[in-house]
Amino acid sequence: MTTPRSIIDKIWDQHVVADLGDGRVLLHIDRHMLHEVTSPQAYAGLAAAGRRLRRPDLTFATADHIVSTENGRTDDTVPGGPEMIRALRANAEATGVALFDLGDVRQGIVHVIAPELGIALPGATLVCGDSHTSTVGALGAMAWGIGTSEVEHVMATQTAILRRPPTMRITFSGTCPAGVSAKDMVLKLIATIGTAGATGYGVEYAGSAIRALSMEERMTVCNMSVELGARFGLIAPDAVTFAYLQGRPFAPAGDLWEQAVEAWRALASDPGARFDAEIELDVSTLTPQVSWGTSPQDCIGVGETVPDPEREADPKRRQAMRRALDYIGLEPGTPIRDLPVDMVFIGSCTNSRIEDLRAAAAVLKGRRVAAGLRALVVPGSGQVRRQAEAEGLDRVFTAAGFEWREPGCSMCAGMNADRVPPGKRCVATSNRNFEGRQGPGARTHLASPATAAAAAVAGRIVDVRSLEGGV
Amino acid sequence: MPEPINRITGIAAPLPQPNVDTDAIIPKAHLLTIHRSGLGAGLFSEWRFDEDGKERPDFVLNQAPWREAKILLAGENFGCGSSREHAVWSLMDFGIRCVIAPSFASIFHENCQKNGLAAVTLDEAALAHLVTVAQATPSAAMTVDIEACRVTAPDGREFAFTMEAARRQALLEGLDEIGASLRHDAAMAAFEARDRAQRPWIHALPTA
Repeated sequence: MTTPRSIIDKIWDQHVVADLGDGRVLLHIDRHMLHEVTSPQAYAGLAAAGRRLRRPDLTFATADHIVSTENGRTDDTVPGGPEMIRALRANAEATGVALFDLGDVRQGIVHVIAPELGIALPGATLVCGDSHTSTVGALGAMAWGIGTSEVEHVMATQTAILRRPPTMRITFSGTCPAGVSAKDMVLKLIATIGTAGATGYGVEYAGSAIRALSMEERMTVCNMSVELGARFGLIAPDAVTFAYLQGRPFAPAGDLWEQAVEAWRALASDPGARFDAEIELDVSTLTPQVSWGTSPQDCIGVGETVPDPEREADPKRRQAMRRALDYIGLEPGTPIRDLPVDMVFIGSCTNSRIEDLRAAAAVLKGRRVAAGLRALVVPGSGQVRRQAEAEGLDRVFTAAGFEWREPGCSMCAGMNADRVPPGKRCVATSNRNFEGRQGPGARTHLASPATAAAAAVAGRIVDVRSLEGGV
Repeated sequence: MPEPINRITGIAAPLPQPNVDTDAIIPKAHLLTIHRSGLGAGLFSEWRFDEDGKERPDFVLNQAPWREAKILLAGENFGCGSSREHAVWSLMDFGIRCVIAPSFASIFHENCQKNGLAAVTLDEAALAHLVTVAQATPSAAMTVDIEACRVTAPDGREFAFTMEAARRQALLEGLDEIGASLRHDAAMAAFEARDRAQRPWIHALPTA
């Protein structure tokens, strides 16, 4: 009898190229995604050492972080930006890498296009020089962010050096109440176990509440795995996964599709598979979550009040909380609901997919953004944008007073022209509320697309479930 | 390629707050470059400089002698957040050769290794002692001995640390990791041949 194995064990075992001793292995990388910020120095290193790109056919590139999201955009963006876009273009061309360039409908946020184009697949290893690569774990891929030197290593060898991570299973039990989304689930998880709660672990998300999620909602959960400190987070592929992938441009087709699906069905963790840690979270009473501080773990239910650092036992945590409150401009005990906001941003690799836009549009239909508030909606890819336009969502957004923009990381990364001005308060569907994340001095409140849309209408943080006339 | 290092002796700057993220280490405005040199100018720039670009005198790296620091005494989960390797490049360009912390975020930890920045893990108590000593006698040098896996505080107290053998060896030799991996070329070719048969959909992509 063979030992029961987890999905992580199975993917790992499939990919070991060589044992380096000392617990380290060379692991084969099936898919490598490049973007303009973390690839130029890797390409320069490769050229300087006279090395070649080993598998250009498994490497894909797009520009997303620093691109302009203005309609009618060109290479021109922030200072230094055009040079980065052109370097990516020249490097991709010189090495035979598929590039989804500005103007191509396939261009978009790298973690949105990898699943959308069928590049990311169940059971695959996928890396990118970006911490939110964990997003595509939703398909049952082992996907993680790497640094530029590792990008160069993967370019030269199509492998990465890894030590087998300890494994953690996070089980979401119960059923989410209406008006509560995948974003609320993952924010609650981070608030519960902390940003270091899964440091170094390979995480499998499981349980009835995960199984009930659509493919896109699963991506929202896996996206924020890195905010738990996890190396990667994944969800075993199932019928939902296969239905999502079938017919995507780079997904296998015909006989190969049948063969692949058969292999993917065998990936699920065996009954009795051992994990190094287990966590369970019941979502039956979950409410919409909003962050109050400068770490994704600083989250509370929309009906709750800002916590008091003086009640915190851990002195370090107390100090961090004081600092966060000082930066975010809030007093302990303040209800998070009714806090006035200046901006709303719907986008990012966490929440810029078509379902996110549908959820926000459902709230906005027939309503108007509050006077004086600036609201942006930035589709995650050209295809999301096109789909939304086909469904008329763009008109819902613009009629409500939102700016309808071209795809990119936009106001999540703060590296392009889309910024939250110093001291201004923004409800954002992105993944990080760090100091300065959305621009120097920007005050970010993380929330779901529905909650963000509701805040845009009210001009303040509200419980989306309480909107007059319902959603 | 990293320089070999076996011992770092120098000023140690205390920055013991937890969860210092890579956005703080190098704010994104400084990432708009295709080069990896000159990034020290952006190190902690929002903490080092005010809106007018003037130094904030209360920030540790703006104070003598800590502006000459080679060692950074950091808090838990140092380097969390974005995967940007620029964080490591900026620390090194500034002159930091070693960061000592109770724990590091994993991508940052890897990035340290690839670039020859020593990332040393010590427990909270040891670190608290080093911070106290660094604050009391800022000009006194601290020594991090990679060969012996030992930190010697200016007051003479020593703290042993553990470091994975491969990581330690890489620092000592200034190892070119890609070169080392490429020696496994035969294993890579064998893997690919086997894997093409087992998982053809991975290797034969539709052209779109």
